[in-house]
Amino acid sequence: MKAICFYFQIHQPFRLKRYRFFDIGNDHYYYDDFANDDIITRIAERSYIPAAQTLLKMIEDTKGAFKCAISITGTALEQFEQYVPEFIDLLKKLAATGCVEFLAETYAHSLASLADPEEFANQVKVHDEKIKELFGQEPKVLRNTELIYCDDLAPQILEMGYKGVITEGAKHILGWKSPNYVYSAASAPKLKILLKNDKFSDDISDRFSNTSWDEYPLTADKYISWIASTPAEEQIINLFMNLEVFGDFQPRETGIFQFLEALPRFAAEKGIEFWTPSTAVSKLKAVDVLPVLHPISWADEARDTSAWLGNKLQNEAFNKLYSVSERVRLCEDRRLKQDWYYLQAADHFFYMSTKNMHDGSVHSQFSPYDTPFDAFTNYMNVLADFIVRVEEQYPMSIDNEELSSLLTTIRNQEREIETLNKEAESMRKNIEHFNEEHLLREQEAEKAKEAKPKAKKAAAKKPAAKKACKKACNTAEAPEVAAE
Amino acid sequence: MKALMFGWEFPPHILGGLGTASYGLTKGMWECGDMDITFVIPKPFGDEERHFANIIGMSQVPVCWRDVSREYVQDRIGNVMDPDLYFRLRDHIYADFNYMRTNDLGCIEFSGRYPDNLVEEINNYSICAGVIARTLDYDIIHSHDWLTYPAGIHAKQVSGKPLVIHVHATEFDRSRGKPNPTVFGIEKDGMNNADHIICVSNLTRDTVINNYGIDPAKVTTVHNAVTPLTPEQLNVPEHKSKDKVVTFLGRITMQKGPEYFVEAAAKVLKNNPNVRFVMAGSGDMMNKMILLAAERGISDRFHFPGFQKGNQVYEMLKASDVYIMPSVSEPFGISPLEAMQMGVPSIISKQSGCAEILTNVIKTDYWDIDAMADAINSIVTYPAMYNQLREDGLAEVNQITWDKAGQKVINIYNKVLGRS
Repeated sequence: MKAICFYFQIHQPFRLKRYRFFDIGNDHYYYDDFANDDIITRIAERSYIPAAQTLLKMIEDTKGAFKCAISITGTALEQFEQYVPEFIDLLKKLAATGCVEFLAETYAHSLASLADPEEFANQVKVHDEKIKELFGQEPKVLRNTELIYCDDLAPQILEMGYKGVITEGAKHILGWKSPNYVYSAASAPKLKILLKNDKFSDDISDRFSNTSWDEYPLTADKYISWIASTPAEEQIINLFMNLEVFGDFQPRETGIFQFLEALPRFAAEKGIEFWTPSTAVSKLKAVDVLPVLHPISWADEARDTSAWLGNKLQNEAFNKLYSVSERVRLCEDRRLKQDWYYLQAADHFFYMSTKNMHDGSVHSQFSPYDTPFDAFTNYMNVLADFIVRVEEQYPMSIDNEELSSLLTTIRNQEREIETLNKEAESMRKNIEHFNEEHLLREQEAEKAKEAKPKAKKAAAKKPAAKKACKKACNTAEAPEVAAE
Repeated sequence: MKALMFGWEFPPHILGGLGTASYGLTKGMWECGDMDITFVIPKPFGDEERHFANIIGMSQVPVCWRDVSREYVQDRIGNVMDPDLYFRLRDHIYADFNYMRTNDLGCIEFSGRYPDNLVEEINNYSICAGVIARTLDYDIIHSHDWLTYPAGIHAKQVSGKPLVIHVHATEFDRSRGKPNPTVFGIEKDGMNNADHIICVSNLTRDTVINNYGIDPAKVTTVHNAVTPLTPEQLNVPEHKSKDKVVTFLGRITMQKGPEYFVEAAAKVLKNNPNVRFVMAGSGDMMNKMILLAAERGISDRFHFPGFQKGNQVYEMLKASDVYIMPSVSEPFGISPLEAMQMGVPSIISKQSGCAEILTNVIKTDYWDIDAMADAINSIVTYPAMYNQLREDGLAEVNQITWDKAGQKVINIYNKVLGRS
């Protein structure tokens, strides 16, 4: 028995507007709203919406036999909420079928895992909360930004509660091994690893409409027969790709949607199932540990992190950014935190790549800038302004530890003052209440006095006097408590 | 293959980029092998490099017959010309030019510069070219820039050999779109008579096609290159100041867009006071620029050291952190490549021909002073930007060599001669 594990990535960054150095300190809004709106609306129309509709149809037609996973970043979700809310509804429908699994990832599509474990954990948590809120699922499998993974990350991922992690089936890591098995992490054997099958994934995402490819045209029939003819003991074929492959990288007129739709039928004929990543990690045992010493990813020819951290510009920007991460976590300003997420998007570093040849053309195809130098200058100007704002919150002369202890003291005192205020408030209410009561009783007593002779007067007055004494004692205590 | 080249400048006595480019190209073609090049200039000084080309000075070419002895010729011009060649040339005088002012050897004097009577000098150059064209044996004629087009045409008419002209600049670049009709006429005549036209950039090629109405099929772009710097040039003394230095090097003329540099400097200084700006060179707009800098209130940080000679240029570059060339219209612009060779990050205008082949530089529109200011600020503020541009720029510029350009020119020769 064999299974196909589909996972589709959805991500859009908040692109920055042209931000000159004389804007530093004067303008705190960094985003190119027009471009962001334009791009996400266009891609949603061309790709995301028709692709999601196709997936929904496939699930309905197969009565739930077709399953897949979707990973969508927080920044993309925010843009959909703002510009294409109908797509969120569509995703909710997909979630409701129970056949679509949402994966965990970093909220900001950031490279935090390479620099700052705390920030990484924090972002994954925030992302999980967002997924739970929108789709009612608690992700079980993690997909780090751009499938970045290495041994150093595994223990943390396991500790965060994930059963599996998705990464690239990089040739230099696998060697003679096949990506069509489940492996376990070398540094945390309980964590299972799912590896992207490069060949089969790229057949769809890169080569599908390439007329000079000797297998052109690719039909669902042929494609499934390739998968079926892999050795019987290889049980899981991981097809990981961007959702934009359907409709955008491979335009509608290439027949990509019909191809996708036809897959389940031919798969059923060959007895191939569709699994979600969490099914795969729970059903299959790891055949071996897979050591990954240096970070791998699914980008560029090198399949490492050189797409974002390959030159001096990228490293400088990256180090500058994370030099303030601890400080930002101490801040409470919500807009600052929001900008902090948006600025961490890996895309900003991707635009700064100075690679040539094929990789270079991929970088420049996605970049809103003419050159990597423009990208760097613009980003650094924005970052300079951001850092100025962080400094305005707390002066840089105090180091982080001192600041954090001061902040703890302040917060403790705040909490204390709050409880004391509450106490004082309840006391005040008691007194008011008592005074009212006292007034009422006096009035009643007055009435009684008028109605009855002198003999009964003393009897009526007594209990009231007693209570007055008791209350007076209480009020005397209250200021003392507050003074503490 | 034998080529007869007409040029105006030749190192070490140069006034602009034309001489550097002619020298580099000739040497590059020689390196490709099997080339016998005769390079004609108005006035040689005797200290030119001669191993890769035969250099002939027009000021030693007789146009009137004078009865002189071999010893006398040897004594007079032996340092720049072989007396045998003088006598061979004297045998090919084709008309009576005694009405002209000639010297004791029957030669016309040339300044070799750009004097006020430039058009007359161009005409004299063409007269002498007739003698050379009748004397020497060659397969193809190659004229560098409009000053030598008439000579090229003359040689073509005399010998019937094909003419290739090399457009290093057009009148449209020099005058910001208001061409002098005489110059335009000479250029147009040269282009019409040429069998093939070589342009130093696609920008120039477009000008030639659109503004001169030339058939695109006979216009080809061959980008310029750079000659590697000598150790002496690379190791000039370093004068580092503690301020960052942004340098403009070139003629201070309308074509070079100096006012945009001043405006950008004013923008940078508003936010970043620790930068100095240098506008080295001379030209008709220099005084205007000094006034403009004063008007913007930045004269204390904006310096005009004047024209730089020889190694002063490299000292200036070595002391710089940024090189800027905001040219409004630059056919090629070799100076940013020299700055890159010295490891200085460069900012160039998109309207420069060299922008077509360079990637590790910052390109802005010449009028976009905001972008220019931003780029300057970025390089002086972020060390990563400086180092990235410096190192990758150096690696890139070292790949741009004259032998590659030379090979392209040879291929064009072969095509024109029908040999390929």
